[in-house]
Amino acid sequence: MISTRALSKDFVVSRSHTVHAVRGIDLDVEPGELVAVLGPNGAGKTTTMRMLTTLIAPTAGTAQVAGFDVTAQPAEVRRRIGYVGQGNAAGHSQLAGDELTSQGVIYGLDRRAAKRRTDELLDGLDLTSLARRKVSELSGGQRRRLDVTMGLVHVPTLLFLDEPSTGLDPQNRANLWEHILRMRAAYDMTVVLTTHYLDEADSMAERVVVVDHGEVIADDTPEALKSRLAGDRLVVHGTDSRRLAELAQRLPGAREVRYADTRVEARVDDGPSALPELIRAGVDAGVPITSAQVHRPTLDDVFLALTGRSLRENESTDSTAGKEAA
Amino acid sequence: MTSLLDSPTRSTPPTTIQRRSLLRDTLIVAARELRPVRRDPFSVMFGMVQPLVFLALFGPLLVGALGDSDVLGGSVWQWFVPAILVQVALFGTSTVGANLLFELQTGAHERMLVTPLSRPSLLVGRSLKEMVPLALQAVVILAVMTPFSFDLHLTGALAGLALLAVFGVGLGSLSYALALAVRKQDWMFWVVQQTLIFPLMLLSGLLLPLESGPGWMQVVAKFNPLTYLVDAERSLFAGDIVSTTVLWGVLAGLITAALGLVVGIRGMSRSAD
Repeated sequence: MISTRALSKDFVVSRSHTVHAVRGIDLDVEPGELVAVLGPNGAGKTTTMRMLTTLIAPTAGTAQVAGFDVTAQPAEVRRRIGYVGQGNAAGHSQLAGDELTSQGVIYGLDRRAAKRRTDELLDGLDLTSLARRKVSELSGGQRRRLDVTMGLVHVPTLLFLDEPSTGLDPQNRANLWEHILRMRAAYDMTVVLTTHYLDEADSMAERVVVVDHGEVIADDTPEALKSRLAGDRLVVHGTDSRRLAELAQRLPGAREVRYADTRVEARVDDGPSALPELIRAGVDAGVPITSAQVHRPTLDDVFLALTGRSLRENESTDSTAGKEAA
Repeated sequence: MTSLLDSPTRSTPPTTIQRRSLLRDTLIVAARELRPVRRDPFSVMFGMVQPLVFLALFGPLLVGALGDSDVLGGSVWQWFVPAILVQVALFGTSTVGANLLFELQTGAHERMLVTPLSRPSLLVGRSLKEMVPLALQAVVILAVMTPFSFDLHLTGALAGLALLAVFGVGLGSLSYALALAVRKQDWMFWVVQQTLIFPLMLLSGLLLPLESGPGWMQVVAKFNPLTYLVDAERSLFAGDIVSTTVLWGVLAGLITAALGLVVGIRGMSRSAD
């Protein structure tokens, strides 16, 4: 569905300064996949997506999208893809229903068929009451759902979503996702999305592509990334933390063992089975554990392990909801 | 919530792909642009009030100041009404870029750019649409003014409106081109628009006859395409259709339209960078 080779984009800021936003990305996406592209702001996620959707031309490299080259045959690509950008797709002075009908007509439906399609979509989304409302009067969540719907009018085989849920409250995020997943199941869509909500990538995507400084630095299922790159974190308390740390060091795959006061922290491969073992070892050695926790890794831990930086340090203020949920 | 899956969506062929044509694309864009105008005609009506107020307040001053001299060639209203129509076109179409600027910021324009609509149609459709409010405003002004010592020569007036429409498409396109050019510093739009519009207007003899101004102004006005348009409109509304003045005006209108479309389409094709 998507195949890029050495895809690159430079932005010339001034004569002496060029930003290499995307540096040679090779990415293959098979039909039916749901891929999340994850990375800090400025990592090149959006630039990559804008190249794949024919909005901007690559500086170097090639990209085949839905069977066509983005540079040589952009019109063919546009006909087959759906795209939901970061902004609002609907014109603010238009009626919500009109915008959907316009989209249908743009993709080749006659007006009657486009109207019927609009009704079906609004009906399926419980948005029928909004059909005659002006876009500027819709709430943020309603507008975002309208954006996504506009990207789906022509039932694309491939859907790009650029930060679809930014700025939405948890309930609206859940609604939006329900909608996207339903459409995906109904139409066998391939979905590629960017997000900076880590929990979202974790729970929704079947494959996570981590991008940093314009390059792909990891590409796997969320589970594989987490167990391979991060591992579970054990936190235990006990009176003799130095002794406990020594015991923790012997656990399978133990690393990053740290202790202070009564607290001991360690990374292990398999937290849930390592913890009982540590508790037993503590009892046997006469250094009992008073409290214990297993933290499953998040994609942020993956990013930290890959780059030494936390994704959250790079997040803007509008993603507070994401931090809480993550 | 399974209605979507059960609905007859699948029986509707979702993409009956027709052959794309520039005309069809352009009409789609123009129809979409006209929808808010059609639903809210008062916004257009409101645009008509301003030129009428201008006529009511500036006209009598003209009569008082120049009514006795012959620089206006007889009737003040005959001289001033065509000029007001040009002014309506000037202000109406030179500001339309602001609408696009807004859609550039919200993301609505980006949405259009990922659709199969051709890039030129995105500009041409918008520019053609500008003719509609312009024609409406012109008709109202003529309807209001004709009872007041203004002779309406129908053929000339229709030709005058057609010329105005051509010019409006050109200036509208230039306004969109400006919006596209300054989209990363949007405040520039109004700076440029305001900086250009007043010298253009005053140096065209639109408000006051240049004959009463200094020689250098008359020379500069010769290089202002708007001068030829204003002269042609006055000639047409006086019923004088076949004349060199009109020919020059038509040429000025066509050049404005061609320039606007070329610059606008170029800007539109690069508007995603």
